[in-house]
Amino acid sequence: MGAVVGTLTMQTRQRQPSRDKVDDELEMTMVCHRPEGLEQLEAQTNFTKQELQVLYRGFKNECPSGVVNEETFKHIYAQFFPHGDASTYAHYLFNAFDTRNNGSIKFEDFVMGLSTLLRGTVREKLEWTFYLYDINRDGFINKEEMTEIVRAIYDMMGKYTYPALKGDVPKQHVDAFFVKMDKNKDGVVTLEEFVIACQEDENMMRSMQLFENVM
Amino acid sequence: MAAGVATWLPFARAAAVGWLPLAKKIMPKPPVDKKSRNDEILFVNVSGLRFQTWKNTLDRYPDTLLGSSEKEFFYNEDTQEYFFDRDPEMFRHILNFYRTGKLHYPRQECVQAFDEELAFYGIVPDIIGDCCMEEYRDRKKENQERLAEDTEAEMGTDTPLPPNSTHRERLWRAFENPHTSTMALVFYYVTGFFIAVSVIANVVETVPCRPLKGSKKDLPCGEKFSLAFFCMDTACVLIFTFEYLMRLFAAPSRCKFMRSVMSVIDVVAIMPYYIGLVMPENEDVSGAFVTLRVFRVFRIFKFSRHSQGLRILGYTLKSCASELGFLLFSLTMAIIIFATVMFYAEKGTKGTNFTSIPASFWYTIVTMTTLGYGDMVPNTIAGKIFGSICSLSGVLVIALPVPVIVSNFSRIYHQNQRADKMRAQQKVRLARIRLAKKGTTNAFLQYKDEGGFHDRDSDNALCLKNKSSFEHQHHHLLHCLEKTTNHEFTDELTFSEMCMTESMGYRTSRSTSISSQQGMSTSCCPRRAKRRAIRLANSTVSVSRGSVQELDTLQVHKSSSGLQSRSSLNARTEDLKLNCEDRDFTAAIISIPTPPANTPDESLPPSPAFPGILRNSRTNFYTHETVKISSL
Repeated sequence: MGAVVGTLTMQTRQRQPSRDKVDDELEMTMVCHRPEGLEQLEAQTNFTKQELQVLYRGFKNECPSGVVNEETFKHIYAQFFPHGDASTYAHYLFNAFDTRNNGSIKFEDFVMGLSTLLRGTVREKLEWTFYLYDINRDGFINKEEMTEIVRAIYDMMGKYTYPALKGDVPKQHVDAFFVKMDKNKDGVVTLEEFVIACQEDENMMRSMQLFENVM
Repeated sequence: MAAGVATWLPFARAAAVGWLPLAKKIMPKPPVDKKSRNDEILFVNVSGLRFQTWKNTLDRYPDTLLGSSEKEFFYNEDTQEYFFDRDPEMFRHILNFYRTGKLHYPRQECVQAFDEELAFYGIVPDIIGDCCMEEYRDRKKENQERLAEDTEAEMGTDTPLPPNSTHRERLWRAFENPHTSTMALVFYYVTGFFIAVSVIANVVETVPCRPLKGSKKDLPCGEKFSLAFFCMDTACVLIFTFEYLMRLFAAPSRCKFMRSVMSVIDVVAIMPYYIGLVMPENEDVSGAFVTLRVFRVFRIFKFSRHSQGLRILGYTLKSCASELGFLLFSLTMAIIIFATVMFYAEKGTKGTNFTSIPASFWYTIVTMTTLGYGDMVPNTIAGKIFGSICSLSGVLVIALPVPVIVSNFSRIYHQNQRADKMRAQQKVRLARIRLAKKGTTNAFLQYKDEGGFHDRDSDNALCLKNKSSFEHQHHHLLHCLEKTTNHEFTDELTFSEMCMTESMGYRTSRSTSISSQQGMSTSCCPRRAKRRAIRLANSTVSVSRGSVQELDTLQVHKSSSGLQSRSSLNARTEDLKLNCEDRDFTAAIISIPTPPANTPDESLPPSPAFPGILRNSRTNFYTHETVKISSL
């Protein structure tokens, strides 16, 4: 009987390698992506050559294949916010960086996004932020989209906050936001309304300047 | 947080711009990054192999040597690199850790060497990646077990007794380690002999001897020569009882001793005899008593004290308890199943042997172990089919746990072999170390003889030049010590001669012995009151701490201090007195294994003595009882 069992297990083991071979082939077809030349990137972004080198080295070290997929991105972002759940916001962020909408971020996307955020003009930054909030990319931010974004941000805070989160705090936040942003009270916020409203907000302008030295 | 995540931090911070429109308050000021962000390449030279890496890579782990400012200690300004005098092969793995965040354990390296490298670079071994962690842990455990065994073996048998042990302790040691003294060895062999005699007597007394005159029936020898056997039995039991009582007396912890396996076996071996003595000649009870005699066969287990192999077998069985249990359980299951099946298969047959399921157990056992007595045989076809299945499966079930038991036995056996080999090798190793040590101290004494301590005149200076600076400084140090203590170093021969001459008490022998430099057995000699100089001598007895630096044992004795050279020493031998009380040699303190320190200190009180008069002389002075001084 032992011999019977033995032969049975041998059979199953033989079947698996063939499946693995197929997977291997698939992997081999996914060639690791290489970015465009350094000069091109330097021209397209506001970074210097050295900065690009440092950025690429770090990026390549983390993602030797040259691309970041959403799972990895969520995992990385979650490491910065261990208290709460950063996966929803990371999803929206990923979509904001993934300008080509192909489910992965290449180094160019990464660097372009960073260039806008860190070295761009105020208008570019605000446009990027609008792009982030506009989940369905229809050019308008409505209350539902905003509520989702705000909820995602509050999720990152986690459960233990001071003062404690009571009531539907995200909803109140969204209402306040809309009161500020929606000039013509039509229930949606367009890019122009957004830019103008932000530029009128002095606190926000000041905060934006603080972020210029992140890199 | 993993270090690699640090790469993404600027990105996450940049993405925080997305919160700005929603923010209710102003953002806090960001920290100012004072260091220059320019990354630079560092050169790390490890024993000639040059490695280059980014500074950022090393900075990922700031609590290690390479990541912190500790590496500045190794910076070489001239070559602009960090130089480490360590193993370059291992460094590769260390650097890979910085690069990839995962530490791998190279399988071909010794685990201790690897540990040492990790300790040097300030890396905790716990971060070894999962791929290599198991291997690392296994090797480490094996190493630790080996070390533990070695230290245990050293501490165990061969250490000489502490000086003031009671009789009880000495007796216990004699019992546990028979090769330490002759008496113990004799006793050991005597008990072994009597165990054998007793077992053989037990066996022989059941053999049929020729019957007594007049009767036709064969008698077992036990009944024919009942008196002789009884006397032999009595003698053996007396010896065993005596031995047991002595062990009980000598045991350091009597309760623990009484609970140990060997003592239980001892008791069981001698109890039947005493019970037989006490028992009345009652018919019914003596029947029960006869069965008690079976326990006499347990005397054979007393041999396990004498035989290493038996002990190993016992350990093996103990350590394989779970496998044996599994074997038993699976066998029981199979027996029950097959017995049931056979019973029902053979139920119809007339006059069958398979009268019940328990009756079928016997058939199943005999078949599964492939004995096949043939006293119970199936007759139906179904019975025969199931019978054959039974015997096939029996082979398999029994064959499964056996390799585990065998491998356990092999492991334990090899461990034992290794322990013995280790002990033998250590003796050789210690002898070699001792020889090397002797060389060093002899060098110092030679140096002194050549008058190295005198202010150098030109002649002496020349011949002293071929000593290394290390030796010079070392000798200077020893000389300082001599000056501090106002005693001198000397060697074993001289010392033992001085002692010997004093113990003899003869002036005549002194003059001859010192100059002839013959080693003699030493004894304590009374000490001269004035102008003592202690001379330290080598002896050849070792401390059994083989795994670390061995200490020389140096004896202490005195000579008149004014004498700096041996020649003048010869002339004044009658002034020498040496006083060694029982065991407290003055001048030295045993130092502990690693860097030994020479700190002799003088604690003997001065005592006036006349030349030639002995005080506290002990003729049976053993060299290994001297105080041990370590020399470099």
